[in-house]
Amino acid sequence: MTLINDLKTLISKNIRDYGMYIALLVIFLIFTILTNGLFISSRNISNLLDSAGYIAVLAVGVMLVIVIRHIDLSIGFLAGFLGAIAAILLMQYHLPVYIVLPIILILGTIAGLFTGFLVAKVGIPAFVATLAGWLIYRGAILQVTEKTGTIIVQNDAFNAIGNGYIPSIVQINGLHLLSLLIGVLGIILYNFSAVSTRRNKMKYNFEVVSKQIFILQLVFVSAIIAAITWILAGYNGFSWTVIIILLVVLVYHFLTTKTVMGRHIYAVGSNPEAAHLSGINVNKITLIVFGSMGLLSALSGILFTSRLQSATTTAGTLFELDAIAAAYVGGVSAAGGVGKVTGAIIGAIVMASLTSGMNLLGVGISYQYMIKGGVLALAVIFDVITRRKGN
Amino acid sequence: MSEYILEMKQISKEFTGVKALDNVNFKVKKGEIHCLVGENGAGKSTLMKVLSGVYPYGTYEGEIVYEGKVQQFHKINDSVNTGIVIIYQELALFPDLTVYENIFTGNEIKQGALIDWNETIVEAKKMLEKVNLDVNPETLVKDLGVGKRQLIEIAKALSKDVKLLILDEPTAALNEDDSENLLKLLKELKKQGITCIMISHKLKEVITIADSATVIRDGQTIRTLDASKGEITENTIIKNMVGREIQDIYPKRVKNSHDEKVLELKNWSAYDQKLGRHVVKNANLHVKKGEIIGLAGLMGSGRTELALSIFGNAKAYKLQGDLLLDGMPKAFNHPSEAIKAGIAYVTEDRKGDGLFLLQDIKSNISAANLQRISANGVINENEEIKVADRYKTSLHIKATSLEQLVGKLSGGNQQKVSLGKWLFVGPKLLILDEPTRGIDVGAKFEIYTVMNKLIEEGMSILMISSELGEVLGMSDRVYVMGEGEIKGELPIENADQEKIMQLATQ
Repeated sequence: MTLINDLKTLISKNIRDYGMYIALLVIFLIFTILTNGLFISSRNISNLLDSAGYIAVLAVGVMLVIVIRHIDLSIGFLAGFLGAIAAILLMQYHLPVYIVLPIILILGTIAGLFTGFLVAKVGIPAFVATLAGWLIYRGAILQVTEKTGTIIVQNDAFNAIGNGYIPSIVQINGLHLLSLLIGVLGIILYNFSAVSTRRNKMKYNFEVVSKQIFILQLVFVSAIIAAITWILAGYNGFSWTVIIILLVVLVYHFLTTKTVMGRHIYAVGSNPEAAHLSGINVNKITLIVFGSMGLLSALSGILFTSRLQSATTTAGTLFELDAIAAAYVGGVSAAGGVGKVTGAIIGAIVMASLTSGMNLLGVGISYQYMIKGGVLALAVIFDVITRRKGN
Repeated sequence: MSEYILEMKQISKEFTGVKALDNVNFKVKKGEIHCLVGENGAGKSTLMKVLSGVYPYGTYEGEIVYEGKVQQFHKINDSVNTGIVIIYQELALFPDLTVYENIFTGNEIKQGALIDWNETIVEAKKMLEKVNLDVNPETLVKDLGVGKRQLIEIAKALSKDVKLLILDEPTAALNEDDSENLLKLLKELKKQGITCIMISHKLKEVITIADSATVIRDGQTIRTLDASKGEITENTIIKNMVGREIQDIYPKRVKNSHDEKVLELKNWSAYDQKLGRHVVKNANLHVKKGEIIGLAGLMGSGRTELALSIFGNAKAYKLQGDLLLDGMPKAFNHPSEAIKAGIAYVTEDRKGDGLFLLQDIKSNISAANLQRISANGVINENEEIKVADRYKTSLHIKATSLEQLVGKLSGGNQQKVSLGKWLFVGPKLLILDEPTRGIDVGAKFEIYTVMNKLIEEGMSILMISSELGEVLGMSDRVYVMGEGEIKGELPIENADQEKIMQLATQ
């Protein structure tokens, strides 16, 4: 029975990390049962992930902003505005997609850096600086769409970003081969990195979980990756949106956990004074984090415009609050210094699952908001309580 | 009725196992100015907090008799209602409110449920006259200097019908004119029958103003001196303040000092724009290779500020004078530049600005020198573990693993992590700010041993310390600071507790 005991201590020790995954699993189970399996169908999961994309990338960015103890309210309308600019460049200036995308991403980064400049160098509280941005970008969308109203994007390559799927190479029994290959690759990579991390830890006599638990972990995660791959392969395979989310997660996970810059971000977040006295340039880190926020806002704008295949006058409304909610559900701490990229993504998926599941069940929009609010509050209460216990 | 307005009998107060006050007896006569003196951490402020109800009745042992009655203060208002008002060193004023609002905050003059502002202004004017302060009551407090703010605090106390006024180092932040003014005012208040307890580090003030003075040391009352018997002299006070026996807990080391000066400051001044005054004035100081320099002084004497001004001007002071490192003039604009040049600074407040409490031991140790263990911006985690493990072993950091959160370590182990972080930078000059504050004797000894080893390896150490024993036991040379100035330099052979205290309290 040592296995069960090990499992118990493992879960109670890491309840904060696992809580979110367990919550997601529970939500999936409940909706699957209530919808007689419709929720877990390939088509629904595929749509759910695609619809979560533009909030998920914002959530990653804003998670880092919250980690360094700031906030960014301007990101929703910045995303909307840049999406409209993308549509204008494509439809009115007839620029090719491969030129439009980098332009939008660069514009987003510049906008983010400017916010960062106001916060870090001028010393304006982030709440006020980005509230000003919120108003300005909101006006800017109206301005650029004033003559045309909604701009319909008729560009297949651009629209594929939000609606298309990766090519399949060959279909086997109606399954998407390339997607399956990516899934298998993912499982191999995960197992490989987990085994090498464990070996490393053992070399330095670090605490590691027992062998059985470790194998259980490997099997469990592999099974989840396999299941998701299988589900998606059964519909149209991985969408470009999912691939983009995965790339953002990979890049940001790497940046935050493996690089000097990532360490400095968390150092600034957990104790700005100590960071300054450790020779870390706090202003520079603030600029970088807001710059990255701008970049991800641009990406979000592209994803949203592409998904709607049009730029509307109200695009971006309340994205910022959805993203902030996702980040908090994902375990970021308002006190700074704590938050994970994977958490932010899971948070976004939790929120998207709630929307999707409740839509399938025909729950009225009024109840949907209340339930999502409740989940957000519960997530933070859970976080606060487990942290208190930890101390 | 007894001649004493206040008698504190057998007061003891413990903080998680540490006795801050140990059977303290403290008596204050009606209508006198009674000074309370003692080293940093002797227990003066704790005693006053017990008296004013900051530490409520029941959290301490002993008895407070005030105006002939035994008192049980459960909260600050209880003591205020009986006429005891305490004014802290960090003034508790609202900078963005006017003078009259400040004077009557918490003690509003009301007509029904509403505040009677006209009456408030009239009353405020009367209070200001009482403290001889000629300002418009509608001025914002932030537009006034520290000296005037101090007087407003006193005016505020007077508005509450104060009988016993307690001042915690009222002149620490004041210039000489303002200080004199304040002392004069206290004498006038005395004539009006107000009793006054003043905590002070400036012995000259004590000698000029006190009717009695009580010396506290290590949480115990040592002696109460009476001015009318001619007992209040600098010598008697200092003797009583420092009379502690120094235990020999300081490991010996071989002298290793060379003639080269690692650090030299010439006419070094630092002006704090936020405070609007010089925090370091015309300091001249040098540290030779292989030396431990003790920087002694009382709280607020400018030692930490001096360290921060050397360490990359971390608080963005306006600097004047020359800083030479290995004989080369340097001007640092950011701690990172000082670190690159070979200076490390272990802060006094390790939880506040030294460590990342939510991060583990290894990330804390590597935090100031990630460049060394990374290539192209990517951290080599194996290298990081090796480095952290090296310092964990060599500094005897007691922890379950390198992945333990620093916030969960004991004070001594936290201090060792902090030390490890800065040793990893590979400095030639290590500035230690109160390196053993709040840690147990065993850990202290370990830290002293490490310091000696570093000196043998040719490092130089500038040690800021309020513990005279530590200064005398570890240093090769001692500088004493007071009011932002270097008040004197003592070779260790000539230094003793009394001389240091004399310079520090000048």
